[in-house]
Amino acid sequence: MSRADVVTARGAAVRRGGRTVWSGVDVTVHAGEFVAVLGPNGVGKSTFLQVVLGLVAPADGEVRVLGGAPGSANRRIGYLPQRHAFDAGTRVRGVDVVRLGWDGDRWGVPLPFGGARAKAARERVDEVVELVGAGDYAHRPIGRLSGGEQQRLLIAQALVRRPDLLLLDEPLDSLDVTNQASVSALIQHVCRSQGVAVLLVAHDVNPILPYLDQVLYLAPTGAIMGPPADVITADTLTMLYGTPIDVLHDRTGRLVVVGQPDTHEHH
Amino acid sequence: MAVHLSWDLGWDVRQLLAFPFMVNALRAGTIVAVVAGAIGYFMVLRRESFAGHTLALIGFPGAAGATWLGINESAGFFGFCVAGALVIAALPAQGRANPLGGYGERSAVIGTVQAFALACGLLFVTLYHGLLSGLNDLLFGTIIGITSRQVVTLLVAGVAALAVLAVIARPLLFATVDADVARARGVRVRLVGAAFLVLLGVAAAGTSQVTGTLLVFALLVAPAATAVRITARPVAGVVLSVVIAVVVTWLGEGVAYFSPYPIGFWVTTFAFGFFLLAGGYRALADRRG
Ligand SMILES: Nc1ncnc2c1ncn2[C@@H]1O[C@H](COP(=O)(O)OP(=O)(O)O)[C@@H](O)[C@H]1O
Ligand SMILES: [Mg+2]
Repeated sequence: MSRADVVTARGAAVRRGGRTVWSGVDVTVHAGEFVAVLGPNGVGKSTFLQVVLGLVAPADGEVRVLGGAPGSANRRIGYLPQRHAFDAGTRVRGVDVVRLGWDGDRWGVPLPFGGARAKAARERVDEVVELVGAGDYAHRPIGRLSGGEQQRLLIAQALVRRPDLLLLDEPLDSLDVTNQASVSALIQHVCRSQGVAVLLVAHDVNPILPYLDQVLYLAPTGAIMGPPADVITADTLTMLYGTPIDVLHDRTGRLVVVGQPDTHEHH
Repeated sequence: MAVHLSWDLGWDVRQLLAFPFMVNALRAGTIVAVVAGAIGYFMVLRRESFAGHTLALIGFPGAAGATWLGINESAGFFGFCVAGALVIAALPAQGRANPLGGYGERSAVIGTVQAFALACGLLFVTLYHGLLSGLNDLLFGTIIGITSRQVVTLLVAGVAALAVLAVIARPLLFATVDADVARARGVRVRLVGAAFLVLLGVAAAGTSQVTGTLLVFALLVAPAATAVRITARPVAGVVLSVVIAVVVTWLGEGVAYFSPYPIGFWVTTFAFGFFLLAGGYRALADRRG
């Protein structure tokens, strides 16, 4: 393991609700890499991010995050949970949500006036809001914004403390095609310009495919990690899941994975 | 001295303050309004109004039971409301996999507790013969009969509740807006939520003693819901909610003094008026974009 590795797992396994979700998982994410976490519904992609955050403890194997045990460096991790939308009645401004990412975990009251510290916080919030291109609507109640606008503000919230690692759980899921493309490009821009490693859980790899350094394909009995062209192939996935899987390419270079088993349909 | 309303505001206010009971009522009302306005703001953001209503109703058997047993009524309010808050906090949180189902389950339990609390209150009132007018006061509030000792109790409880709120305000807001992210950032979401329910219990117990158990919402919900419709800034929202609660209380107590109708009615009516105005303002502002 090199010093620059952001996340490593060796033979990791997780149990939830008395059942082994996945086991034998090996992962190496290097600093500044853009990595997609893929796999069928219920395979444990969100669980993987929760393990990285130290919210779920591995039942077996070793997991290291930013040079320490999972959970020990969460200050340096930005997190965007799955299926996260504010309903129309949420009467808090976008900038307030971003600001919570800055110091929302500290005791006390955030006063609107105050010294150098409050000024630094305000400037940093404005900076990330500009970075994600949310300047026009960040002062409106977040519940009144579109899914794409909310997603940009949540990315800003995850970024505000200059993390070394971003964990994004299906950030593209609820967006239309145009917004999927622009939010993907934004994440790529953030990854390269800020040197942040990104672990992004995706249902559909296509919007981010051109930007990826690696993909992590999860299966109940292990995981395969590598460049997308090596991993997302019929042979590799067939071997991983032990069932025949096809990978189709259309004319525009889009990939369609056919035949992957859904472990569990829930919701 | 005959009480009548004149066009001379100074004279009216001097009339109001001529009686110690009225001074006590205004003091108690002001304390309670400040606390309810601030705590109510978070309650509305957290969508815990139902829990707040239940806590207020739990105060009713507390106070009725205390009266029946000859104990201090304030002690009954605070004891039962805080105990109720702890019980609600101990209920399993809403399930993540099925938030709607989880929430429905929790509401059902809270609702059942609420009905049982009302029933117990009625029993205690019946057991304590001769509380017939007292029942009305417990449920709908009164401006006479607030003692100086009660004012001191309300002040101590209110200052303590606001101090705790000031300490937990930021993580509480984080846990309210974004529980999953807050948890990942190390906020003790469950603990902060439980602490808030206790504060809500204190606010409900205090407010009950002025507006009556059934009309606690006039100060706990209406000002906060009004403020939230006017501003989406958290700090401004808390301040506005407190200001509205205080204004509504002063107006309500003042008018109740000069009219034959009870305080609970007036405070609620003014609070409702503000709420309607804010709702209209919001609808217009949203339509304009
Ligand atoms: N809080 C939980 N408690 C128990 N089991 C859970 C919990 N969350 C998820 N699981 C189970 O763990 C498995 C993996 O879930 P998840 O990580 O959400 O999958 P994915 O994100 O890949 O769709 C599923 O079988 C799910 O039912
Ligand atoms: Mg998931």
